[in-house]
Amino acid sequence: MPMQLEIITAERVVLTDEVDQVNAPTRAGRVGILPHHAPLLTVLDFGELDIYKNGEITPFAVTGGFMEVLNNRVTILADTAERSDEIDLARAEAARKRAEERMQSAASEQDMVLAEAELRRAMIRLRVAEIGRGRRIRD
Amino acid sequence: MASTREIRRRIRSAKNVSQITRAMEMVSASKMRRAQRNVLAARPYADRMLELMTDLAVRVQPSDRKGTLLDVPDAVKHVGLILITPDRGLAGSLVSNALRQMSRFILDQRAMGRNVALFALGKKGRDFISRSGLRLIAEVTNISDKPTLEDILGIGSNVLQAAQRGVDYNRSGSIDEGEQLDEVYVLYSEFVNTLVQRATVKRLIPVELPEATTVKPVDFTYEPSAEEVLDSLLPHYVEVQLYNALLESIASEHSARMVAMRNATGNAKDLVRDLTLSYNKARQTAITNEVSEIATGAMALEG
Repeated sequence: MPMQLEIITAERVVLTDEVDQVNAPTRAGRVGILPHHAPLLTVLDFGELDIYKNGEITPFAVTGGFMEVLNNRVTILADTAERSDEIDLARAEAARKRAEERMQSAASEQDMVLAEAELRRAMIRLRVAEIGRGRRIRD
Repeated sequence: MASTREIRRRIRSAKNVSQITRAMEMVSASKMRRAQRNVLAARPYADRMLELMTDLAVRVQPSDRKGTLLDVPDAVKHVGLILITPDRGLAGSLVSNALRQMSRFILDQRAMGRNVALFALGKKGRDFISRSGLRLIAEVTNISDKPTLEDILGIGSNVLQAAQRGVDYNRSGSIDEGEQLDEVYVLYSEFVNTLVQRATVKRLIPVELPEATTVKPVDFTYEPSAEEVLDSLLPHYVEVQLYNALLESIASEHSARMVAMRNATGNAKDLVRDLTLSYNKARQTAITNEVSEIATGAMALEG
């Protein structure tokens, strides 16, 4: 029995689907949500969000947000959410370079923190893009 | 009576103007449709977030609200206003309505003995603020027609910092140390419909939650904890509201410009019609004059 999943960003509804499992990066570590999970509200971190459906895993890159699990429904309010095959590798790579340069030339501590966050975002997007879609679940 | 050549020149220029305004009208019309779609697409996020917070806030004791963005201060001394305006003009009365609303807001707040610190999103508002010598804390300009949430995070964190720990003093030192914004408002152009946009002031901080009528009997697990989840939701909600206000202002901008340009095209057409009439009259007069001159000459010869 699958569960309902909705991924929403401030700009649009990214995905509405029935899925078998969701693995999400939360502030308290990675959590896996299976159908009929107990009600949960948690804060998401930067990272890889995996959607399991029909034996395939679809990875998304998320940069923080919130996840609510209620009545066999998972709602993810993400700051940004990009499916791996939507990620523009060249742009992500450029963003990583830019962030690294900014870290080198960071004048204040605040600049440093911002550049670091940018670098982490870029790395996650690159990693998720490389994993690609349609990976089979290992038994 | 203006010469026929002069009138012809003015007809030509009026026609050119009407072509330009017609083109601008069509560009604005398509941008408006896109902007309206963006407003609608952004709605589910804000709605869900409000639901989450309403549920959560019930679980957080009023005493625990101290120091959070829900905390309603006893006395308000400093307020912040985020002014959202377009970067470009030619949008009818949209900008002047917003600026008038801002002036009224500032006067009202001052009458209550409060200081107003201004934040500008968009060139028109920023220019007005700096021209009139008001205190500008931060600005963002050159906002794209399809902004992302990230585009406003800069000014959002500026405002949030100012509301929680006093303003960032690195900037121009225009604010006194320890000055904390007790309330923050946003002034944006509410999109009522294509013909009506309303300059609206909305309170962002403290965050206002709808009264939860029924507490859902759901026993949520909060990770890490209810307080922490609420603490990260609140600033986010402020940013999302600011973002939605920006999206709505953009839709308003384009529809106001579309209507203004449609009127301008109509006016130019009227002008062309009037001028063509004068042109024909002037031409007729000239011909009549010529004919009567020839006739007089002929009659003189016959005489």
